[in-house]
Amino acid sequence: MKSEMYKLEARNINLFYGEKQALKDISIGIDPNTVTAFIGPSGCGKSTFLRCFNRMNDLIDNVKITGDILIDGRNIYKSKINVDEHRKKIGMVFQKPNPFPKSIYENVAFGLRIKGVKDRKVLDETVERSLIQAALWDEVKDDLKKSALSLSGGQQQRLCIARTMAVEPSVILMDEPASALDPLSTAKIEELIYELKSKYTIVIVTHNMQQAARISDKTAFFYLGELIEYNTTTTIFTNPKKEQTHNYITGRFG
Amino acid sequence: MNNSQVNRLKDNAFKVFAIICTFFGLLVLAVLLYDIFSKGFSRLDYNFLNDLPSRVASRAGIYTALLGMIWILVLTVLIAFPIGIAAGIYLEEYGKKNRFANFIEINIANLAGVPSIIYGILGLELFGRILGLGNSILTGSLTLSLLVLPLIIVSTREAVKAVPKSIREAAYGLGATKWQTISSIVLPSSFGGILTGLILAISRAIGETAPLIVIGALVYVPFAPTSPMDEFTVLTIQIFNWVTRPQAGFVTNAAAAIIILLLFTFMMNGIAVFLRNRYNKRTRF
Repeated sequence: MKSEMYKLEARNINLFYGEKQALKDISIGIDPNTVTAFIGPSGCGKSTFLRCFNRMNDLIDNVKITGDILIDGRNIYKSKINVDEHRKKIGMVFQKPNPFPKSIYENVAFGLRIKGVKDRKVLDETVERSLIQAALWDEVKDDLKKSALSLSGGQQQRLCIARTMAVEPSVILMDEPASALDPLSTAKIEELIYELKSKYTIVIVTHNMQQAARISDKTAFFYLGELIEYNTTTTIFTNPKKEQTHNYITGRFG
Repeated sequence: MNNSQVNRLKDNAFKVFAIICTFFGLLVLAVLLYDIFSKGFSRLDYNFLNDLPSRVASRAGIYTALLGMIWILVLTVLIAFPIGIAAGIYLEEYGKKNRFANFIEINIANLAGVPSIIYGILGLELFGRILGLGNSILTGSLTLSLLVLPLIIVSTREAVKAVPKSIREAAYGLGATKWQTISSIVLPSSFGGILTGLILAISRAIGETAPLIVIGALVYVPFAPTSPMDEFTVLTIQIFNWVTRPQAGFVTNAAAAIIILLLFTFMMNGIAVFLRNRYNKRTRF
């Protein structure tokens, strides 16, 4: 394996919640500018694994992780790394839209503000660019001062995506970003993901297999904390090598 | 009467009972206000606010007591708010959830229930005697700070706890440090709740008399305090002193002073409720 080829690479990741092992020896390599879908039944560890990439699991007590995660060839579990700086490069969109109880503008500007950017012009430009990228600009451009909480669920989620893009990460992790949304909003988010691929490396956890099939280049199937199969999406959905994968995608369990 | 009529009757009976209960408290307050205002309102004038205490009821004013109260309140706010809020944040955000944390938590809850006179005795010994601050404004403020700290800590914790985990994660996910997350997301979002605790704390501090008497606040202070090390009196003590006098004039004075004290309390509560509503509207999840 040549690690410099991969944007993201996990090597032999084991993760424990206390005594319970949630991830078992997972290794995976993710190419730049692709969309990779993590699928699998609830509790299979796909979200937990996703959160290893920006060290979100650090926030939970009692979690122990072994193995290496490399981003652009750099090991992020080395003790010297600055986690806050690292998270600025790895954006994350969560399952439920979680805008801050601030204005639309301040939500998008937050990432820059914590970096210490004060220049009004830079902030204005970034907010506009990010909202345009997230396909939300036309809907909110006249109400940037309004509370983000007044937006609909779908708009809130696109706002969260805009907020993530404002800090210009190279990777965006998405944890079931459309699961709390109606079909129309879901379609918009999917369209967006498809467009973002040219600029970002996207990893998306999803319960919706049609969604995985529609938007991803590669798919990884997880089951009971193990990575069962990882291949191009077409192969996973038309010609899976493992029986468990076949059973899952044909709806026999999960 | 059939069954459903009986049920409807019970239903209405309870409603009437609940209304009576609701108005009972208000009625008592109304009677009290009427009594106080009818006795004291005519005594209220500029001189009453601006006069020094006196042996002659008609010449006595609340100037020193009012200033003493303001001094005490301002210092208490300056001491107790930062400590209480910081302690609440520490316990909720930084402290590990172990047995020791549990122990601290139970004891803070206990402290909130300790009678205020006990705090007075503690303040007298610790601040007044051991630290040698005497019966000064500083001793009074420190004592009252101890008294209101548990209130502030508990309400800060509750308010901070109510901020959803999801928006903290959003901040961390964008690369915010712990302090950035707390200062720019958690604290503004929980400001309404924290403020409620602060209102309760101020209201409690305004009303306290016993601990201040214990630490030696004076009843008769013929000069206005000018530094935290001065001796002092406060409105509640002034009122307490006046109502114990046999002369009718002092009872009138007491009533007038109570009006001022109530105005203060209502004003504080009003401001705080206004601020709280404004913040809650902005930060509802």
